Amino acid sequence: MKCRVCREPAIIDIRRHNANFCTEHFLRLCRDQTAKAIHDFDMIQPNERVLVAVSGGKDSLAVWDILLDLGYDADGLYLGLGIGDYSDESGRYARAYAATRERTLIEIDLPADYGYDIPGGARAARRVPCSACGLSKRHLFDRAAIDGGYDVVVTGHNLDDEAAVLFGNVLRWQTDYLGRQLPVLPARHGFPRKVKPLVRLGEREMAAYCVVKGIDYIVEECPMAAGNKHLGYKDALNAVEATSPGSKHDFYFGFLARASALFRPEAEGEQAGLAPCISCGAPTTAEQCAFCRLVERAGGQLPADVGPVPVEIGMGASAGGPDRDDVS
Amino acid sequence: MVAMKVLLRNPRREVDVQGPLQVSTLLQRLEVNRESVLVIRGDTIVPGDAWLADSDDVEIRPVISGGDFGSAIGLR
Repeated sequence: MKCRVCREPAIIDIRRHNANFCTEHFLRLCRDQTAKAIHDFDMIQPNERVLVAVSGGKDSLAVWDILLDLGYDADGLYLGLGIGDYSDESGRYARAYAATRERTLIEIDLPADYGYDIPGGARAARRVPCSACGLSKRHLFDRAAIDGGYDVVVTGHNLDDEAAVLFGNVLRWQTDYLGRQLPVLPARHGFPRKVKPLVRLGEREMAAYCVVKGIDYIVEECPMAAGNKHLGYKDALNAVEATSPGSKHDFYFGFLARASALFRPEAEGEQAGLAPCISCGAPTTAEQCAFCRLVERAGGQLPADVGPVPVEIGMGASAGGPDRDDVS
Repeated sequence: MVAMKVLLRNPRREVDVQGPLQVSTLLQRLEVNRESVLVIRGDTIVPGDAWLADSDDVEIRPVISGGDFGSAIGLR
């Protein structure tokens, strides 16, 4: 098997490209595809301050590494979820990477700083763990970005993540969700801009990127996620991809090009009625935001320096949705 | 008889497989979808047509992770 570019021995075959790549040209492919996504979707401007949501897994460490190699000023944010050994280990990987690249890693620890952990919070709030986790992450990433003066929050969502979510939303015709499944959520209504620079790369490529670059990451799946619907959707799409390479790419990018705009008015309608949360000041459609309700139900507390200081809420149209109950 | 040691994950376990055989054949034999894994020999990724020998230490590493569903659909 030869590299498509240089004809040297290949290390990886990427069937949706109908091509094989050596180490050097595989790494170049990853950088080029990320740069193309950033350019095509107008994700990040030069000299902007970037905050990468880092979990210690392959995708978040890979996107951080690629952004640094592309010359972006990117710091990391790690959220300790209190999921036993899994959280301890994932935190070690995040810290080790930050130290290697000599970059700032902001850390928030749910048990120490907010008085609850994901397993306990999920039970208390009667949410599935992935729902409590996602809600906590989104709220705290937004807050950290605004408090830290960052221009944009980067997440490690890749093509497989996006295709699987799209698959689930189409199965149930969740038209409100379809209207805001975009690679970029603009900074509006008091929320920071959020972008997904890995949407042109699959998760197999991201794992390979980390192995090739010598980036250690947590390989084991989160014990809370075992058997969730999202993993089932990925299995189903990979079965299709095995016999029809390129299907996931065509499904997701075809949606963005031909269908996404049809669902956007419904999503934008949900922007009305945002007001500051009475507890933390974050934008919400309820009196108290979903995160603060979760903290209360879980028996936790907001840190002393977090109070009901309203975040400026504009009224422009946005592709993003308001704070609302999660689904999983 | 010497056999190749193959490490599998989730759950973590090790199986012995008789070589030599190609990566693609190993994955078929273990009924693993190649889209969902990397095959690593030592610390090097190997492509589907690479030959594996009995003396090799091989890891079949899953690449699928649960993800944050809410963020992917643009929940704030």
